[in-house]
Amino acid sequence: MTPALILAEFSTPAALYRGCERVRDAGYTRWDAHSPFPVHGLDGAMGMKRSMLPWIILVLGLGGAATGFLLQAWVHSMAYPLTISGKPHFAWPAYVPITFELGVLGGALAAVFGMLGLNQLPRHHHPIFDGSRFSRFSDDAFFISIEAADAKFDREATAKLLSAAGATHVEIVPETP
Amino acid sequence: MAPIDENDRYDPVAGRPTLILGGHDFHSITEAVARPVEGKTPLAWWLCFLPSLALLGLLGVAVSWLFWEGIGVWGLNVPVGWAWDITNFVFWVGIGHAGTLISAILFLFRQKWRTSINRAAEAMTIFAVMCALIFPGIHVGRVWVAYFMFPIPNQMGMWPNFRSPLLWDVFAVSIYGTVSALFWYVGLIPDLATMRDRAKTAVRQRVYGFFALGWRGSNRHWQHYEVAYLTLAGLATPLVLSVHSIVSMDFAVSQIPGWHTTIFPPYFVAGAIFSGFAMVITLMVICRSAFGLDQIITLRHFDYMAKIILVTGTMVGYAYGMEFFIAWYSGSPYELFTFTNRAMGPYAWAYWTMISCNVISPQVFWFKKARTSIPILFVMSIFVNIGMWFERFVIIVTSLHRDFLPSAWSYFRPTIWDVSCLLGSFGLFFTMFCLFVRFLPMVATAEVKTVLPQADPHAHPPDHAPATARLAEEGAH
Repeated sequence: MTPALILAEFSTPAALYRGCERVRDAGYTRWDAHSPFPVHGLDGAMGMKRSMLPWIILVLGLGGAATGFLLQAWVHSMAYPLTISGKPHFAWPAYVPITFELGVLGGALAAVFGMLGLNQLPRHHHPIFDGSRFSRFSDDAFFISIEAADAKFDREATAKLLSAAGATHVEIVPETP
Repeated sequence: MAPIDENDRYDPVAGRPTLILGGHDFHSITEAVARPVEGKTPLAWWLCFLPSLALLGLLGVAVSWLFWEGIGVWGLNVPVGWAWDITNFVFWVGIGHAGTLISAILFLFRQKWRTSINRAAEAMTIFAVMCALIFPGIHVGRVWVAYFMFPIPNQMGMWPNFRSPLLWDVFAVSIYGTVSALFWYVGLIPDLATMRDRAKTAVRQRVYGFFALGWRGSNRHWQHYEVAYLTLAGLATPLVLSVHSIVSMDFAVSQIPGWHTTIFPPYFVAGAIFSGFAMVITLMVICRSAFGLDQIITLRHFDYMAKIILVTGTMVGYAYGMEFFIAWYSGSPYELFTFTNRAMGPYAWAYWTMISCNVISPQVFWFKKARTSIPILFVMSIFVNIGMWFERFVIIVTSLHRDFLPSAWSYFRPTIWDVSCLLGSFGLFFTMFCLFVRFLPMVATAEVKTVLPQADPHAHPPDHAPATARLAEEGAH
């Protein structure tokens, strides 16, 4: 069997946190932690960089707002210039609400789909789901997974590191045939 | 369930009383929330669902008859061109706003107690917006040209008027509905994964699994997820304030006395939150007793919500008073007439119903006994809902029924089809809500787990901390 990853279970968020610090300090790069809820401060314990999602949201939010403003300005000044209740054609203050709303829409769509894109979701199959106890990650169990593709991966040494880091159960999850 | 023990009372991490009672751990929270979704359908559920479904059917009949026969089946006519349709619209949009307040604004303010109620409140928002969107859609008369409201390129080379608040409203409410649904769904993803992982049948596993998108609780995912959630909260906060401000501009930008006032945007937003919290209390009182969630949705949650009702109710009361002051201070005889007529004219009964329900009755919430008494909370929440429906009715109908031209004056009376549309919208709302509590986790499990003291990776051993906290408190006395 080709191993896909090694999966270690931890009993509490505190144990997971300390485990992550150990794995980070051992120099692994292709690994992850799994928890039923976001554990506070775990990003630091895993040595992760900040998310770039805010930049995506900023760009698409401003894009949405710009689209809204230009659409209104184009419609009323060029495509369909009608005078209604004495308002000027380029009545920019009246364009503010829709400009704002479309900015919010752009930002919200960017937040959701940007998040899914960065996380490479939806991905309905992943070898980790074959882990014998993994289904409890969404209830009350905490896990660290280290991919076999990691340069430092070694069946025995990695398993030993995880046990020493406080794991209550360690298993090798095979690659899906 | 386990009895409430002494240690429950202190959260050793936060150093204050725990939000969740009953000594729950992560697993028991999952169990408590999943039970209503996984267990047998209780009889009480059918007793709620079937009448709601019947009312939804009534909505179908009423709307079909409206489409067939035309807008004349309703009681509105010149000069009362807007009546129950727009009253219902504003009422339902307002209901939705408490859901966004709980999910977004309280999130930004780090109010951890929101986690027990935010899921259900957001669901309420979405269903309320669905109900709201019906009315502007059907009130246009010629529904087959309702697409004129949207900027769709067409063969006539015609575009909507973006300088009108009515069009701002189309954008505001539809984007509000979209963003609320996105926010709700993002919050649901981890809990759908929980339902997937607990599923006993292949159908449940596939359906929940499909919508859970293969979520595996990865911390590298949680990182982006939390940024997305925070940003959505940050976007939804100004959005919700803008939506009811724009709804109020439908009125305020016109020149009708009684509508043309600058106090409308903040006054409408306060009223929206007021009515929405009342609806949250109505729903939560029923859900927590029907599904045994009283340790997760505790009396403290109701206490907080009652305080928000008191605050926003008082703001609304201030706005009612200020409108009268400005009507007098403006020196405009039309303004003064409209407001005198509102309180003493043919619709005085509606005005005083509104004042009694919205301003006078919430004053009981000055007392903690009332804020923590389930029967009082329930009755008050119904009063507030009635009062807020009447507020919109008073604003819309009393301002219109006395036109500038006395020969046009009239008195609006609803027809059976007005009543059917209103009752039918409640049918839609409660049908959706019943389906929600039966098929989706109505408490945000992943979020509730984060407010348990043991969720903090730096939590002290639990046997020392409560004692320390207690000693500190005793020392303070």
